[in-house]
Amino acid sequence: MLPLFDKIKENVLESQVKKSIFRVGIPNTDRKRVLIMLGNVFLHLHPTKVRTSGVKLRYTWCAGGLSFFLFLVLTLTGVLLMFYYRPTVDLAYTDMVDIREQVPFGIMRELHRWSAHAMVIMVMLHMFRVFMTGSYKPPREFNWVIGVILLVLTFLLSFTGYLLPWDQLAIWAITVGSNMAKATPFLGAGGPGAEFLQLNGVPLIHAGDDARFLLIGAKELGGITLNRFYVLHCILIPLVAIIFMAVHFWRIRKDGGISGPM
Amino acid sequence: MDTIIHWLKEVINYFSYPSWSFSMFAICFISALFIRRIWTRQGLVLFLLAVTLGGWAALKDENFNTTLLKPDNAPIFLMVYGFGICLFVAMMQAHNNDRRMEQKLPPAEKETSDQKTWVWPDLVYIELLCMILCTVGLVVWSLTVRAPLEEPANPGNTPNPSKAPWYFLGLQELLVYFDPWCAGVVMPSIIVIGLMAIPYIDVNPKGNGYYCFKDRRLAILTFMTGFFIMWNFLIPIGTVLRGPGWNFFGPFEKWTPHKVVALTNVNLSEYVWVRWLYPMGNWLHLNWMSGGLPVTDNTLSLHNLWQVFKKEFLGIGFLVFWFLYLPGAMARGWLRGFYEKLGFGRYSVAIFLFLTMALVPLKMYGRWLANLKYIVDTPWIKF
Ligand code: HEM
Repeated sequence: MLPLFDKIKENVLESQVKKSIFRVGIPNTDRKRVLIMLGNVFLHLHPTKVRTSGVKLRYTWCAGGLSFFLFLVLTLTGVLLMFYYRPTVDLAYTDMVDIREQVPFGIMRELHRWSAHAMVIMVMLHMFRVFMTGSYKPPREFNWVIGVILLVLTFLLSFTGYLLPWDQLAIWAITVGSNMAKATPFLGAGGPGAEFLQLNGVPLIHAGDDARFLLIGAKELGGITLNRFYVLHCILIPLVAIIFMAVHFWRIRKDGGISGPM
Repeated sequence: MDTIIHWLKEVINYFSYPSWSFSMFAICFISALFIRRIWTRQGLVLFLLAVTLGGWAALKDENFNTTLLKPDNAPIFLMVYGFGICLFVAMMQAHNNDRRMEQKLPPAEKETSDQKTWVWPDLVYIELLCMILCTVGLVVWSLTVRAPLEEPANPGNTPNPSKAPWYFLGLQELLVYFDPWCAGVVMPSIIVIGLMAIPYIDVNPKGNGYYCFKDRRLAILTFMTGFFIMWNFLIPIGTVLRGPGWNFFGPFEKWTPHKVVALTNVNLSEYVWVRWLYPMGNWLHLNWMSGGLPVTDNTLSLHNLWQVFKKEFLGIGFLVFWFLYLPGAMARGWLRGFYEKLGFGRYSVAIFLFLTMALVPLKMYGRWLANLKYIVDTPWIKF
């Protein structure tokens, strides 16, 4: 019985199909442990060996890794939601209701929303961990800066997504947020200094061209705002975030891997 | 029994008012960081028990139950537990390493930092495990709590209170004390710039790559003050304790739109010209003193600029003192060592960020203790 089992196992694990995909068999020798890391584009984000102290859960809390994982969960569930959701004033809310009521055991929206909240918290925790281990100190200063940009992008991702259900919670939260843009010094119609920017008595900064207008695409929250936030939320900010994450991960390795005492 | 509970709730309501709760939290939090006995496993267990039992007991109250369990408040729970546990994990290791270094031992991380671990299988499996646990947590959460969906958007029906997403509620809370240009635009920008500047300001080479507290006290206390006291503490305040009209409601108070709060906030210039100089001028028979608040308009004429300056001289003087005099004085005084280590450029940036950060609680206390509205109130910009 056992020899047969071993035979099957070997045939599966060392088969041509498996080898063609993974290039290495069972990683049971050091050589193969190196090869499996180098031969796989995803695993190859990692080096083949890392500092033992940096692997410990109590050191990193896996907070950066989980931030990235939550980002992936959000991408997946977000794409599934995009199949059903149409970003127009007439349809957005009813699509939400449909996603909620018409799908038996449907939890895509729940997964997406709770993961988004979790990601915001996880990124803040990751920043806290990096601070507490002093990992922003040389040579990792620049990666901390990239991290701060990622933190801002995470907030923006969550903020733009908040509008999409087009319910009371959504539009009023975004109203409160986008009203702040109105108060931008010089660039917001209600901000300090804007009144000085005039040309022959004609104001240059007004409700039709100020920072708030740039954000919401109109003088009042409306269909164009929804469209704008949809594009920002589903395309532009994720793209930018991915680029910065790529730099972030690249720099972790170039800066000598996870930090540790000298 | 009921009267005791009732009385207890009243006490908690009273001391939840931001002036009290903010001060108590700040003092307790900062002093706790120094007390080693808190940062142990027993401490963590006690913390979790206290939060869970306290929260459970408080949720029995109908009013607290309705405000806390609003649809999108789930992250508040995650925040309290997540930040609490992580704070313990960090401070436990920090104090442990401090203790080791007092005994001339290297930090605990050093014991394994020269060894290497295979990523496959060790790290990959840890990551896999984390992902699975995270997924299970998310699925359970999603199955048990529905994502909120309120009535369809209606621009004609403004809910009271209107709140930003939870992570911005600390900033929205600051709108009580600062104008939107400040709390909504300038402060967030300075926070972001300040965070980015940290690695270039903190030139202390100690504590790179391991947890510690003693060797990095100034850096850690500053960061924690910003992160826990000013950002994370104000979020639940804005979420749970601010009801209709952004008025304060204690955790066990019912939200009603009819709560009337007397608005008696006073500008610094009114204190100066009306409350201090006016009676003094009358007494000394000095007309220029007893003239009351100088009259201003929003023209840019020299006369008006002078009037504005006259009216706001104390506030402007204070800001000049704060941002121009203090940095120099401190560089020559008790921050001399700091200044010499950082050099002029870094020191200027660092001290500007410190002082700006300190202005936030300063103005909050101005409001709480003296109903202070604006420190400087010009027709063009109010601070
Ligand atoms: C979307 C957000 C982010 C993702 C996905 C992410 C991901 C990661 C990952 C996977 C690591 C490896 C170590 C670990 O897991 O802790 C890491 C390290 C690091 N992160 Fe992030 N991060 C994010 C945001 C941030 C933020 C907000 C900061 C700081 C402000 C930051 C600064 C750093 C630094 C300095 C390191 C190197 C730490 C070390 O070597 O110990 N990251 N990040």
